[in-house]
Amino acid sequence: MADVNAFITEESIEGTDDGPLAGTTVAVKDNISTAGVETTCGSRMLEGYVPPYDATVVTRLADAGATIVGKANMDEFGMGTTTETSHFGPTRNPVDPDRVPGGSSGGSAAAVAAGEADVALGTDTGGSVRCPAAFCGVVGIKPTYGLVSRYGLIAYANSLEQIGPIAGSVEEAAALLDVIAGPDPHDATTREAGADANYAAAADGDVDGMTVGVVPELFEGAHEGVVETVEAALDDLEAKGAETVEVSLPSVEHAVQAYYVIATSEASSNLARFDGVRYGHSAGHDGNWNETFAETRSEGFGEEVKRRILLGTYALSAGYHEKYYAKAQDAREWVRSDFDDAFADVDVIASPTMPVLPFELGEGIDDPMTMYLADANTTPVNLANLPAISVPAGTAEGLPVGLQLIGPTFGEETIVRAASAVEE
Amino acid sequence: MSDSPDERSDAAAEAAATTADTDEAGETADATDVDVEDVDHVASLARVDLEESEREAFPEQFAEILGYFETLDEVPEFDREAELVNVMRPDEVREGLTQSEALRNAAETEDGYFRGPRVS
Repeated sequence: MADVNAFITEESIEGTDDGPLAGTTVAVKDNISTAGVETTCGSRMLEGYVPPYDATVVTRLADAGATIVGKANMDEFGMGTTTETSHFGPTRNPVDPDRVPGGSSGGSAAAVAAGEADVALGTDTGGSVRCPAAFCGVVGIKPTYGLVSRYGLIAYANSLEQIGPIAGSVEEAAALLDVIAGPDPHDATTREAGADANYAAAADGDVDGMTVGVVPELFEGAHEGVVETVEAALDDLEAKGAETVEVSLPSVEHAVQAYYVIATSEASSNLARFDGVRYGHSAGHDGNWNETFAETRSEGFGEEVKRRILLGTYALSAGYHEKYYAKAQDAREWVRSDFDDAFADVDVIASPTMPVLPFELGEGIDDPMTMYLADANTTPVNLANLPAISVPAGTAEGLPVGLQLIGPTFGEETIVRAASAVEE
Repeated sequence: MSDSPDERSDAAAEAAATTADTDEAGETADATDVDVEDVDHVASLARVDLEESEREAFPEQFAEILGYFETLDEVPEFDREAELVNVMRPDEVREGLTQSEALRNAAETEDGYFRGPRVS
């Protein structure tokens, strides 16, 4: 296979000899810190940056015996749906090299789909594990917020993002989640719940008696072939004994707007640290602090990152806070409340992962609204801090289609079980 | 707004009932006015110089995106989740990065310190 540009840095980091991931190769997204190995976030701003410490998930991979084979390409600072905003060039989709792998964890998904790593770690702020999993025909899990430590993850939007596994099968993805899940004294947002679960063992395909909620709002406007493929997968689940019922989530109409207001606001704050003094690209020391700072950031950040920093600064600025940020927080609570109500009646909620088939390279990169709207089905999950999995449902026009299964808080075993029935 | 789940879902239902109207409002809301001076002002607040191509493209893109954000006006007020707790640990001295590790990624250092540009 031609080079899909899955990695920014190829480097072998050996784990200990034994452990549950001994002999397993892992691609790690390049916004996850690896001690002594360059970590760029796909940005010129961090080109050459060598973290002095490991992220907790990297320590856990090493302790489990895994071998890290490289730092996977990504949209710059996790901002994108196609992996085209990387400073190090786009990743190509191994299924069709003229198409994008999805983003922002496109390198991680492509590495698995191309056989360049057994499994991979991505990060999911608004769908960035599930989207590339769907586009590349592999499995991706976005864990419940607080299940996996974010220590050592270079932050984009702290209240939304989680590190999640990508793999060729549900069981492999679940086994990787088993290794990285659990509380961490370095991350006060991690929780005890879920630490004793056995996610890999839940991949038993037994959905007899399970109730699957289907959300009409998340099928509206989706590509016809995507809808047909997802509906066929749901028919298969029914044939295996699951019951499907319609559930309405009216709040999801506002989820994308709320997501982009909150995410860009948090990004504008998080990325303020990149001033070229302690780490990262520096434009030198001519001029005063503000001039140098602005020049450093102009040179270091790409267009999408600047767009989001400015949108976030706008949304938080005097006179607009109530109009955008406060309303987005209300929408977030509404989304949570809607999901809570739905999970009183159903075990999991199903939808297409992406409403579209993989874009062609260059197709939408100059149209930010189109790109943002592609996240309509994944962002509600991050707003509600819930777990979700994308599992291959089949193909349309020869391209992969992902089925998204959303679970209640710490309901990872249930979504793993349901997803494992889909792939049989 | 009350904490009562019934009233909250009533509010949600009302908002949902008005969604049909807001779709149209959302489309016309792209009349949100953003000019290049607005973009320059926000860029200066964010301390990001823009390329000329970005200064040209951003006003129209921001008008469209911010206009879309305005559909959030239809969202009812919701109370914040009440279950938040502080997570505290004893304040104990632990091993951290060495000075050389902390300085290792800096563009310029002097006598064990970071060196930055003039403040003013």
